[in-house]
Amino acid sequence: MNIDLNLKIGGAAGQGLQTTGMTLSKTLKKSGFHVFATQYYLSRVRGGHNTFQIRISDSPVYAMTESVDLLLALDAASIEQHMAEVTDGVVVVDKDVIEVKEDQNSVFHVPMLKIARDVCGDKIYSNSVSLGAVIGLLCLEMSDLETILKLSFRKKGEEIIQKNIAAARAGYDHVKENYPGGCKFAVSEPDQKDDLMLINGNEAVGLGALAAGVQFLAAYPMTPSTGVMTYVAANADRFNVVVEQAEDEIAALNMVLGASFAGARSMTTTSGGGFALMTEALGLASITETPAVIFLCQRPGPATGLPTMTEQGDLQFVLNAAQGEFPRCILAPGTPEECFYLTAEAFNIADRYHIPVFVMSDQYLADSLFTLPRFDASRVEVERHLLTDQELRTKNEEYRRYKITPVGISPRALPGQVGTVVVADSDEHDEFGHINEDPDNRIKMNDKRMKKLEVLREEMPAPKIYGRPDASITLIGWGSTFGPLAEVVDILNEKGRSVNLVHFTHIHPLPAEEARNSLSKAKKTICVENNSTGQFARMLKVDAGIDVTGHVLRYDGKPFSPEFIINALKEKEVI
Amino acid sequence: MVSIEDYGKYETAWCPGCGNFGILKAIKQALVNLGKEPHEVLIASGIGQSSKLPHYLKCNAFNGLHGRSLPPATGAKVANHELTVLAVTGDGDCYGEGGNHFLHTVRRNPDITMIVHDNQIYGLTKGQASPTSEIGMKTKVQTHGVFNMPLNPLSLAISLDCSFVSRGYAGNIPHLTSLIEKAIQHKGLSLVDVLQPCVSFNKLNTFNWYSERVYEMEDTGYELNDRVKAFERSLEWGDRIPLGVFYVNDKPSFEEHQEVLQSGPLYRNKPEKEKIDPLIDSFI
Repeated sequence: MNIDLNLKIGGAAGQGLQTTGMTLSKTLKKSGFHVFATQYYLSRVRGGHNTFQIRISDSPVYAMTESVDLLLALDAASIEQHMAEVTDGVVVVDKDVIEVKEDQNSVFHVPMLKIARDVCGDKIYSNSVSLGAVIGLLCLEMSDLETILKLSFRKKGEEIIQKNIAAARAGYDHVKENYPGGCKFAVSEPDQKDDLMLINGNEAVGLGALAAGVQFLAAYPMTPSTGVMTYVAANADRFNVVVEQAEDEIAALNMVLGASFAGARSMTTTSGGGFALMTEALGLASITETPAVIFLCQRPGPATGLPTMTEQGDLQFVLNAAQGEFPRCILAPGTPEECFYLTAEAFNIADRYHIPVFVMSDQYLADSLFTLPRFDASRVEVERHLLTDQELRTKNEEYRRYKITPVGISPRALPGQVGTVVVADSDEHDEFGHINEDPDNRIKMNDKRMKKLEVLREEMPAPKIYGRPDASITLIGWGSTFGPLAEVVDILNEKGRSVNLVHFTHIHPLPAEEARNSLSKAKKTICVENNSTGQFARMLKVDAGIDVTGHVLRYDGKPFSPEFIINALKEKEVI
Repeated sequence: MVSIEDYGKYETAWCPGCGNFGILKAIKQALVNLGKEPHEVLIASGIGQSSKLPHYLKCNAFNGLHGRSLPPATGAKVANHELTVLAVTGDGDCYGEGGNHFLHTVRRNPDITMIVHDNQIYGLTKGQASPTSEIGMKTKVQTHGVFNMPLNPLSLAISLDCSFVSRGYAGNIPHLTSLIEKAIQHKGLSLVDVLQPCVSFNKLNTFNWYSERVYEMEDTGYELNDRVKAFERSLEWGDRIPLGVFYVNDKPSFEEHQEVLQSGPLYRNKPEKEKIDPLIDSFI
């Protein structure tokens, strides 16, 4: 890694932070850099102090780092809170607007407001001035920024495009003329420009659902899950999807179950608080053996918790949600790439086993932008496992929706198919679906449902091992922490340590034997989780009898950075 | 030709003499009169003695959770709008536990026929007050009698501009049958609130009590799309209780708003993978 720069934009909500950050991310990706961008925002529409952080490199990057090379300060809080993070970098600030008390060498004044007014006649162009200034300080050319501005303002017409470009160029020129040496970072564009995607976790889940042929989505908006719903809704017409905003989460999952029962591939999206309301219908999905995909994007709880921040605090809840005992499946992607493929896989598992399948993400993965190789849609198979009319006709017995079979999966017909009716019931029922309270029937039906879990367990793949197989320290992670953990492995191994990562995406039913095999050579195992009690480590103990040596836990609402993990390992004297 | 026999004969868990039998009979007869085959019909229900109804006739059924008959019914209708979808529910199920779904399903207006067994009491949990119980009714829980204002389902539905609002009586099966037929034929959400005596727990609103009070409204009493008149009529409750259609409003159904359904049922659409690549490209 020759280039590794961290750019931070700080400002209040409503100041155009996200647009500026997105435009800059797209520009730098276009220039051929690998980009990782993450947001920190508060639960309010205007005001507060938010940040948009962009890391660029000539190698793949999947995590944020803590030291800042370039701080674009759009509010006073940016100076107060982040000045110390800029050790050897530059702070871009409009001193006409923001008072900077100590005149430090790192501060570089760009009169964004004045330039915007002078060049374009309106202060709203000051964000574009700042973009030009950043590109200038990076010693890059203007052409990629101009291309991205053209694309971004396409719908607003030629005049707006030209004004934004003029503003950006004026910011760029200001740097060339006033910054000592003309620019700060000797960054040159990578020669090899890969065909990479710039995508966040939520968009990738939405894309995965569309690739898997989702037909119905009902949900109640809840941060940080809403992005999936809006992404699918934006493409619903082209992909023949019905998206309905339900009156509450209770209705959302119940609607999904009705639609799925009648044959539509269906999903819902929510966060922990919304899922709390869905737990009743979760049990219904299971006893009626109705396929459902539940996208659960975690944020810190309990109750309303920290609405815009991140945590992996809902694993044990999802594992145990709803009364009674029944099978469910939990998948936890670590990158947008896995969001795409695992969401598609979730639909197939739901349709094959007739169970609820969770895709568990969190705010960090949902909102962070990654550069990734192009997704391969041809790898997505759509498996419905439905009885055809022909198969139904050639059956010589009356159709039984809940027929007892060796694997616990019964043939699935749909309401409306000629010659039969399909009956589902939330009560314990017989093979036909009718209420049956007989103890023997209860045992048979319970066993039939639970059997599916054991069959599915056989199919769950082993965790991925990142780094050397025989390391002396093994980090264990699940879901979204993949990026920072993989980076920790690289950093420590480069420094002569011997570290690897065993990372789980297929969480439940836990492939216990594979988990034991993967960890059989591990000498010291440290489970790293974004929660305060080590929920996944507990699962490893209960489901696979694996005891970890230690934990690194974070639960302040923020995601892991490699530095945080390395410091914690030092504190615990693991390294 | 479809016949009553096609809808099967089942043993029930209802008390002898229960008003539910009349409703079951009327539903079967209405479906037969309309020529609906069992495989074309889907009944969604919640929890309560009413909601066991789909188990007592042969048709597709989704007997879900307490208060939640309407969301699955909506989902199923949108997935396959060729199905005739009924939601069978009770006063506790629909107006109590499922009150929010009632409000919003009326707003959504899917082409579903909602049949509410309104016995003004909780039967399955053995005799507590329901949202429609009369003031003063004493129960083991409401020991001083009911204080809470009873909910008027018809007024509420009319105030929400529900697309079809009607009331039937389990003791008048021919009238109820024709009401259910009209409700099924109506495109959009149809409410059939059915006065249904509970012979075990409601000693107040008995067959005799209802029979002395109910009367069939003349169809020509007023134009059925007059919301204000319908509202006035819905407030009539006491010595005389009107039966029949109160209000009809022909507005587009939930499914009619979904352009994707114009080409056929949603569940039959095949995934169009070739459309994914351009979408992926938009991230490059």
